[in-house]
Amino acid sequence: MTEENAGGVAKKFLYVNRRAPYGSIYALESLEVVLIGAAFEQDVSLAFLGDGVYQLTKGQDTKGLEVKNFSPTFRALEDYDVTKLYVEKEALEARGLSEADLVVPVEVVSTERMAEIMEEQDVILSF
Amino acid sequence: MLHTVNKSPFEHKALETCLRFARQGSAVLLIEDGVYAAARDTAVSKQVQEALKSVSIYALKPDLEARGMQNRVIDGVRLVDYEGFVDLVVEHNAVQSWL
Repeated sequence: MTEENAGGVAKKFLYVNRRAPYGSIYALESLEVVLIGAAFEQDVSLAFLGDGVYQLTKGQDTKGLEVKNFSPTFRALEDYDVTKLYVEKEALEARGLSEADLVVPVEVVSTERMAEIMEEQDVILSF
Repeated sequence: MLHTVNKSPFEHKALETCLRFARQGSAVLLIEDGVYAAARDTAVSKQVQEALKSVSIYALKPDLEARGMQNRVIDGVRLVDYEGFVDLVVEHNAVQSWL
């Protein structure tokens, strides 16, 4: 699995998610890109800021909308070695949410810490 | 007048502006990302509770369910399905969409 990186250096990729799911295509498109990118053996992190935290809420049921509920896909990210999910603490609090309301284990971080994580990256993709 | 709001109250001013113009006795229907305003214990729930004293507030149930918000709705916000949406449109003389 490491041939892809033979002779190359894994870069740090951060996917920044700022949109709620379903109201626009951004959230789903971001997840698609993360899954595609996962095949390239890079050092991947996901950040959820603002309304982006809504992508991870438990209890999503899209039957009435007749669109795909993609929230269970976040649970599959672990199989692609995508395990660094950072969630902005202030965004959760403003929305009356806590880590227990989310579909996957995440690291809840302050805005300050999130800014540091952003500084550490080689590539940032924003959705 | 029926007002509809389809934007998240945390990222847009649509709800705030709508509530500023909504007159006593009018109806406000939250749809799409607008339904996040119907959730309890958020940074905007006080604003919604205050508005409930003078206007009727509805939220579209399929949009709440898709977003996992169906069990967090503020008391007094009424849930409607698509048929209820149509009924609200028929009952009011005009519809204003705060896009």
